[in-house]
Amino acid sequence: MSDNTDKVKPVDRKVPDAQAHLDNVPTTGHSWDGIEEYDNPMPRWWLYTFYACIVWGIGYTIAFPAWPMISGATSGILGYSTRGELAQELDAAQAANAAINEQLVSVAITDVADDPTLQQYAVNKGAAVYRTHCSQCHGSGAAGAVGFPNLLDDAWLWGGTADAIQYTVMHGIRNEDDPDARYSEMPVFGEILSEEEIEQVAHYVYTINGRDAIDPELAQLGAETFQYECAACHMEDGSGNVDMGAPALNDAIWLYGGDLATIIETVTYSRYGVMPNMGARLTDAEVAAVATYVHGLGGGVTESE
Amino acid sequence: MSSTETPPPNLYAAREPIFPKRVSGRFRNLKWLIMLVTLGIYYVTPWLRWDRGPGLPDQAVLVDLANRRFFFFWIEIWPHEFYFVAGLLIMAGLGLFLFTSALGRVWCGYTCPQTVWTDLFILVERWIEGDRNARIRLLRQKWDARKARLRITKWVVWMLIAVATGGAWVFYFADAPTLLVDLVTFNAHPVAYSTVALLTATTFVFGGLMREQVCIYACPWPRIQAAMMDEDTITVAYRSWRGEPRGKHRRQHEKVAAETRTATAGGQATAPTDLGDCIDCNACVNVCPMGIDIRDGQQLECITCALCIDACDEIMDKIGKPRGLISYMALTDEEHERSGEPKIPVWKHIFRARTILYTVLWAAVGVGLMVALFIRPDLSITVAPVRNPVFITLSDGTIRNTYDVRLRNKYGEDRPYEITITSDAMLSVEAEGSDDGLVMVPADSTKLQRVYVMAPPDSAAASRAVTDLQIWVEDTISGERAVKDTVFNGKAD
Repeated sequence: MSDNTDKVKPVDRKVPDAQAHLDNVPTTGHSWDGIEEYDNPMPRWWLYTFYACIVWGIGYTIAFPAWPMISGATSGILGYSTRGELAQELDAAQAANAAINEQLVSVAITDVADDPTLQQYAVNKGAAVYRTHCSQCHGSGAAGAVGFPNLLDDAWLWGGTADAIQYTVMHGIRNEDDPDARYSEMPVFGEILSEEEIEQVAHYVYTINGRDAIDPELAQLGAETFQYECAACHMEDGSGNVDMGAPALNDAIWLYGGDLATIIETVTYSRYGVMPNMGARLTDAEVAAVATYVHGLGGGVTESE
Repeated sequence: MSSTETPPPNLYAAREPIFPKRVSGRFRNLKWLIMLVTLGIYYVTPWLRWDRGPGLPDQAVLVDLANRRFFFFWIEIWPHEFYFVAGLLIMAGLGLFLFTSALGRVWCGYTCPQTVWTDLFILVERWIEGDRNARIRLLRQKWDARKARLRITKWVVWMLIAVATGGAWVFYFADAPTLLVDLVTFNAHPVAYSTVALLTATTFVFGGLMREQVCIYACPWPRIQAAMMDEDTITVAYRSWRGEPRGKHRRQHEKVAAETRTATAGGQATAPTDLGDCIDCNACVNVCPMGIDIRDGQQLECITCALCIDACDEIMDKIGKPRGLISYMALTDEEHERSGEPKIPVWKHIFRARTILYTVLWAAVGVGLMVALFIRPDLSITVAPVRNPVFITLSDGTIRNTYDVRLRNKYGEDRPYEITITSDAMLSVEAEGSDDGLVMVPADSTKLQRVYVMAPPDSAAASRAVTDLQIWVEDTISGERAVKDTVFNGKAD
C-alpha cells in the first residue's frame, strides 16, 4: 500500500449514489444514441386528476354547446350561446347607461359642456355613432368630400351651434321623410338666365372671396345680375344666409368646387344635397351625442359668437 | 412479450407519506428567520399607510386594477409606464439565474412560497400531532376520538392560515381597511370572495396535502434550475468519500479494535475499522421534507433546504467527528478532496465569469430602472397629429392642423394646464372648448384634448409641406412643463 492509498479511500468501494438508485428503475426500452428513457410511474393523484377532467369534460359537453351536428351543434342544457352572452352584455351596457342617456336628452345640448362627465360621455358615444352612421358620406375623419360638407371647418350651411347641428342631424336636409327637414332650393338658372348671363355671374362669384377676376369685364357685368338674382339668398356681399342654407360665397370653402367651370355648372343646374333625417334611425340620446361630437371637432360655434 | 418476463411496472404510484422530523441548527434558524420576514412582509404590507395627499389612496402598496394605477410608497406607476414592471420581471429572471448558478436551488430551499408555507404547515402539524414518530403512529393507528380530535384541530388551524393567506392577497388590490370591513360584513365584491376562496383552497391543498408533490411534479423550476447549475455551483451534497462505507456498528468495531490492540500490546489493529464516518443513523433522511436520501447524490427532488446538514452536524458532534459530512459544496470539490488537493475557496466558486456576467446584467437593468424612475417627469404628454385629414382650410383661408394631446394629471385635484406652441413660423394655437388656452384636467386622470394650430392664409407655413413646431404643456400650479416635437402640414405636397 502506498502512502496515497492510506490517505484516500479506495474508489472501488460500493458507493450508493443516484446511479445505483436509478439502476432499479426500469426503462421504456427505447434508446436514442444511447440515451434511454426511465419508465417512472406517474403519481396516482395525477391519474385521479385526469379522471376528474374526463368527468368534467363530459359534464361540460352536456351543459354547454359542444357536439357538431348536421346543422348547428348541440345547444347544451344551460342554454348558453356566445350570441346570447353578447346580447346580455349589450343590454347590461344599455341599462348601465340609461341614466346618463336620460340626462343627455333632458339637458339642453348647449349646456352639455358645463358637465365634464356628461360632455366626455357624449363625445365618446357621439364618436361611435358618427363612425357607424355618418362616416359613409362625411368621411371617417369628418373632412367630407365634394358635395358632402367638411364638418371640421368653421363654415356651416345651416348653422354651427350645437343646437343647430342637433336639429340638422335629427331632421336632415331636403329629404322627403321628415316634414321638419331643413329645406331650401336654388333655382335652376339654366332655365332663367342666358348662358352669357350665367357666365358673367360666375365670373363675378369667382371674385367675391377676394380672388382676382379671370376676366374683369365679364365679372363687372355679372355683378349686376348677381344683385338681382342671387343676393336675395346669398346676400349682397355673398356672405350667405344660414337660415336658408345659402352658402357663403365670400369664403375659401367650396362644397362643390370653386373653379369657374364648377361655378357655371352649379349656377346652370343648381345643387340639391340631401341628408337623411337621422332622428328616425337614432335615439334622441344618440342624436344629442353625435351633435356634441361634431360640434367639438373644431368648427363648432357657441351662441355668444 | 411473454408472461414469463418480469411483470410490467406499476403505471401509477401512490404518494409516500413524509414525516419530517424536528431539527435544530444554523440552517433551520436561518429558515425560521426567512419565514418570519417573508410572511411578515406578505401579511403586513397591505396595511402600511402612505399619505399622498387628498384624492389619492393612502395605501403604501396598492395595485389599483380598476383605475389602472400601481402605488408603491412614493412611486406611482401609470399604464404608459408599464415598462417598469417589465424591467422588474427581467431583474427577477436574471436574479434567479444569478442565485441558481452561484448557490443552486437556494430559491426553492428558502424563499419559495411553496417551501415557506409548507414549512409553516409542517410546524403546525408537528405542534398538534407530535414529532415524526408520533405522526407515523397516528397515521397507522385506527380512527378514534383522539385521532379525530388531532386531525380536525390540525385541519382547522391549516384552514385558518389558508384563509389568512388568501385573504391577505386581495388587500393588495383595494384599500385594505375598507375591504376588510366589506369582507366581514358580506358587502365585498364577489370577485374578492372568489379570489379569497381560490387562494385559500390552493394554500390548504398545496401546503397541507400536496407539499413535495408540487415541487416534484407541478413546478417547472426544478428542471430549469438544474440546467442552470454547473460543477462550480454551491449546493447541498454528501461527502460519500468520507462517509462510506456507512455502518451502524462503529462502537462494536472500535471496541473490538481496542481490545485487539490491547491484546497485541501495541501491535497493528486488524479488526474491521475501515467504516466511514456515516453511521447510517438516517437523521438526514428523517428530517427531509422531500422524503429523499441526500446520500443518493444530486436529485431532482432536492430543494436544498439544508435541513439534512443541520441533522447530520448534530450527529457528528455527538459521535465526535468533524461536521460537514453533509454540507454546502461544489461538485468540483469532490475531486480535490478525494485526491487530497487543497480546497478551492468558496469565493472562487461564486465569483466566476458566469455569475459576474449575471450580476452585471442584473445591476445594469436595475440602474437603468432607477435612472428612468428618477428622471421620469411628473408631467408627461403625448402628441398625436391627426392625419385624417392632415389639414383643413377655414373660411378665411387659414390652414389648420389638429393634434390629439393626451394630458395626464397625477395630482389628487383638478388642475389647469396651459397649452402653447413655439415655432419659427407664424402659427397660433387653440384648444378645443377653451378660450384662453387653459385646459382643466380632472384629478388623477388623463384627458384627450384636441389642439388646433393655425397658419394665416398664404403664410409660409400654410404653403409649405411641413413646418416644425413644439407643443408645450405647462402645469399652471406647479410650473412644470413638458414639450413634444411635431410638425405642421401645409398645402404643398
